[in-house]
Amino acid sequence: MPDIREGFVWAIMLLPLGSFAVISLLALLGLTRPPRGGGAPVWNARFSGHLTIMAVFAAFLLALWSLETVIANDNARVGFGAHEWVTVGLLHVDIGITLDGLSAIMLVVVTGVSLLVQFYSQEYMRGDEGYNRYYAFMSLFTASMLGLVLASSVLQLFVFWELVGLCSYLLIGFWFHRDAARRAATKAFLVTRFGDLGFLIAILLIWSQTGTLSIAGIQEVALTGAVSSGVITWFALGVFAGAAGKSAQFPLHVWLPDAMEGPTPVSALIHAATMVAAGVYLVARFFPVFASSEEAITTVAAIGSITAIIAALLGIVATDMKRVMAYSTISQLGYMMMGLGVGGLVSAIFHLFTHAFFKSLLFLGAGSVNHATGTFDMRRMGGLRKYMPVTFATVLVASLALVGVFPFAGFWSKDEIMADAWDDRKWVFFVALAGVFLTGLYVGRMLILTFGGEYRGGEATEHGERHGEPHESPPVMLLPLLLLAVMAALAGFANINDDFSHLLEGSVPERAHALLTEGHFRLWIAFASVAAGLSGLAVAWAVYGLKVVQPESVRNFAQPLPEILENKYYLDALYEDVIVKRGLLGGAAILLSLWDRYVIDGTVNGVARVAGWTSAQLRLAQAGQAQLYATVVFLGVVGAIAGILVVNPP
Amino acid sequence: MLTFVIFLPLAGAAAVVLLPKEREPWSKWIAALVAAIALALVVFLFIDYDRDAGGFQFIERATWLRSDNSDFKLHYAVGLDGLSLPLLLLTSFLGLVAILISWRIDLRPREYYAWLLVLETSLLGVFSSLDFILFFLFWEIELVPMYFLISVWGSGNRIYSAWKYVLYTFFGSAFMLVGILTLGFTAGTFDIRELGQIGAIHDAIIPAWAIFSLIIIAFLIKLPIVPFHTWLPDAHTDAPTAVSVILAGVLLKMGGYGILRMSFSIMPDVAKDASVYLASIAALSILYGAMMTIIQKDLKRLIAYSSVSHMGYVLLGASAIGTVGLTGASMQMLTHGLITGMLFVLVGMVYDRAHTRNIDELSGLAHRMPFITTMMVVAGLASLGLPALAGFVSEVTVFLGTFERHEFLTTMGVVGIAFAAGYILWTIQRVFWGEADPKWAELTDATAWWERGPLLAMTAAILAIGIYPAWMMDLFEKGVGPIAERLG
Repeated sequence: MPDIREGFVWAIMLLPLGSFAVISLLALLGLTRPPRGGGAPVWNARFSGHLTIMAVFAAFLLALWSLETVIANDNARVGFGAHEWVTVGLLHVDIGITLDGLSAIMLVVVTGVSLLVQFYSQEYMRGDEGYNRYYAFMSLFTASMLGLVLASSVLQLFVFWELVGLCSYLLIGFWFHRDAARRAATKAFLVTRFGDLGFLIAILLIWSQTGTLSIAGIQEVALTGAVSSGVITWFALGVFAGAAGKSAQFPLHVWLPDAMEGPTPVSALIHAATMVAAGVYLVARFFPVFASSEEAITTVAAIGSITAIIAALLGIVATDMKRVMAYSTISQLGYMMMGLGVGGLVSAIFHLFTHAFFKSLLFLGAGSVNHATGTFDMRRMGGLRKYMPVTFATVLVASLALVGVFPFAGFWSKDEIMADAWDDRKWVFFVALAGVFLTGLYVGRMLILTFGGEYRGGEATEHGERHGEPHESPPVMLLPLLLLAVMAALAGFANINDDFSHLLEGSVPERAHALLTEGHFRLWIAFASVAAGLSGLAVAWAVYGLKVVQPESVRNFAQPLPEILENKYYLDALYEDVIVKRGLLGGAAILLSLWDRYVIDGTVNGVARVAGWTSAQLRLAQAGQAQLYATVVFLGVVGAIAGILVVNPP
Repeated sequence: MLTFVIFLPLAGAAAVVLLPKEREPWSKWIAALVAAIALALVVFLFIDYDRDAGGFQFIERATWLRSDNSDFKLHYAVGLDGLSLPLLLLTSFLGLVAILISWRIDLRPREYYAWLLVLETSLLGVFSSLDFILFFLFWEIELVPMYFLISVWGSGNRIYSAWKYVLYTFFGSAFMLVGILTLGFTAGTFDIRELGQIGAIHDAIIPAWAIFSLIIIAFLIKLPIVPFHTWLPDAHTDAPTAVSVILAGVLLKMGGYGILRMSFSIMPDVAKDASVYLASIAALSILYGAMMTIIQKDLKRLIAYSSVSHMGYVLLGASAIGTVGLTGASMQMLTHGLITGMLFVLVGMVYDRAHTRNIDELSGLAHRMPFITTMMVVAGLASLGLPALAGFVSEVTVFLGTFERHEFLTTMGVVGIAFAAGYILWTIQRVFWGEADPKWAELTDATAWWERGPLLAMTAAILAIGIYPAWMMDLFEKGVGPIAERLG
């Protein structure tokens, strides 16, 4: 096959963007609404879905072509020229394409998962009032995510970085009439933007120090030591702040569980497989920079470790199926950061790759369950394995992949992270091992509460329909589940011959290869991690399945830990109630507004009043007495002359 | 040609006023037609401007007042360069928008439209003047229509606000006049181009920094910066919608334009020394304005305070004393004009329908007003600096330009955009999202052409600048380039 041309690479991003533009324009022109006299609208809503699916499918094929091109070029970066976007004085902002192993893998993952999710959504979102809007935003998201991956300049990347955040905001708040959804949307945008401040300042710093905004240029500068190590460290930490916001790393993880208020396919695509992984991609993209600074790379490892553990713990107490998965996502993103933190670029991206499949599968499975039962509350589910065998089987595959049981996908990638950790920083290895046990625990609990036991009720669905007996979902939803299940089972074999590793190593500059950790496969590590995962599952089975001990008594025994976990470490309370409501809105802003009204504006009005009073007094002087006028004029002239003499002595 | 453009709205105003009473419905059509012609002519100038040549073009000049005994002369001189041309475009664009969105004015419409047109002439004059005295005249004339528009067609405490606005501006102008006269008599000219060549001023009656301070204080009040900002929320809140649009969209830019055109290019040495002070008050304004914005309950006051914050970026960019920062500052004037103008149009539409601007009373408006909500989200996102929309381009250029010189203060400015996201999204969340409130079940969406047209045009402009800013940015760079050169 010939090498892909630049125009086709741009098309990967522009196709979904075009789908967004078409749907929005039609909506603005009023063609998506029923005409005034009644009847069907000109633009049948289902066309929006078809258009999006076709655009993403075409993008998927082009993404495969790009991947093929990179492999055919010995895994090296495929060079495309840069295009001038804006030039002001010394500031040259160019836009261009980065096509290498890293971005090609991301392109395939994003378009592939997006395609399946768009297909699934046709059924899941059927009949929703905002069907057109849904597909418009999903198209825009896919385009922005692809733009982020392809960017060759850090400012270009930042543009798409913010745009995926926008789509996330719009889709979390998709059902904007719900109070929880509108709050969650605002919260998600604000928390991630807080991290983005760091990212933006990092961009300002690196430009002011090096005069370049190109990603390759920045990597080069870091590797050659052209700027001081302090600048590199601060730049890396700033970038990591952005990555931590997007990838929901502690302490900025609080938005992701709330983001589950969006439609479930949105959670599968944006908040599991792609956007939340953008932070990991960002750190991987700047890996040579991070690896050049011991402080920065240690921070990544430490934050990743903390996140992996605290989120897994939260997953154990959540009662909402989607939130369990949200915590699981946070925890797994923590794993990817740990991988990067121990120099394991390959293992981290490999885990991103496998995770995208099994986690989006879990979410789509949760959507299927919701379609049947109308609830995400696991206390109202139970026994669904009988009613929904396909959903159960696929979710089971995804769960085993998540826990890392041989030979499912997660096993391979998690094992590589642990092997890298053992070779680089041993403490990270032990954290990871503990995390695997916790993963087994919350996954086991989720499976048993949802699919085990007897059915416990259900509720109206996300769209308000009410169901009686739970039923299996229609084929349009099951097909994506089955395809993802195949990937969740087999994706781990992608690196069995180190093909994946070579692909990624080609995207790191030659000089940075020494910074990569190449953990060696050790049988005992594989056994240890599988054993930890299985023992987690076993404990969950014992407590929730066999009820060897009552969950209640475990809860009472472990106090106050469960209470702390149920309150999410009180972080939400700290951020929202203490810092924002009391500190900012109730404290500082109120004081400032009093100051503004009484001191600043008070002074202005006071001056006016004094002027009014003075002029009233002065009016008395204008009584027509020539002597008085003469005196004042005389004094004025003397004063003026004196003034000039003082300022300009002769 | 340029002179014709400047005085065309004034002629239109005369025509509207002279309409007989029974022809009153014609007044809005005449006003709109005049404003549209003015816009078309400015667009023609915009395209016709030779970007490769740069500098001042379309110059028209006449001696206007001469004294037989001395060589003292006053000149009428107008012309455009890369800095003034986009602002002229903004003025004529928002001038038309202001008339269209006032389509339903029924209180003394002839006078209303006439004053709007007079206002447009004075603003076009400010941005085109090449003579400092002429500039000052246009600068002062603007107060007259503003006073009447606020005090007659305003709401709430309108007389107080109108006076406050006029007196505050006068207060600044008094200083500026002293500064202009000192400067002009020392240099022997009031021509802005010649003043730009004289370099350092040594033999004035007062030190150069004093002249600089006298002149810049008027501009800082107009911008406005903290603590001279309290006239702004009052004037905005009580002004009619169209006047708020012009006030936020164009009038504040007179301050920024003055700083670049007068203070910086005439006294570059002093400006350089003052840079850190200017950056400090800019950062203060950004954060102070943002904090005040968050707790406002009145939609118009909220946007007014957000303007205080956003105009801080203009000053911040200016304090960079370099091409990138100055280009960012001038871009910020343009984008803020479009974005905030659009926000005021939308708030005006909400107020016309709901008869309240109190955020606590409004909720769930998206159900009744999908179009207005969509536009509000677009304008709001542009205001909080979302990439691909205009605000991001100018803010990032300001930051890139300023960071090297003022690392800490620029960082404070960056923090301001997090606040912006907070107040914008929180407002949208409370006012537009949420359950449909039965209280607002009777509200209607914007459907008329004179409502949708301006909003769609503003959206198109915001997108065009956001996606490919070079077409505007290059022009600004040409305009501020010579100023940056003088600053060294």
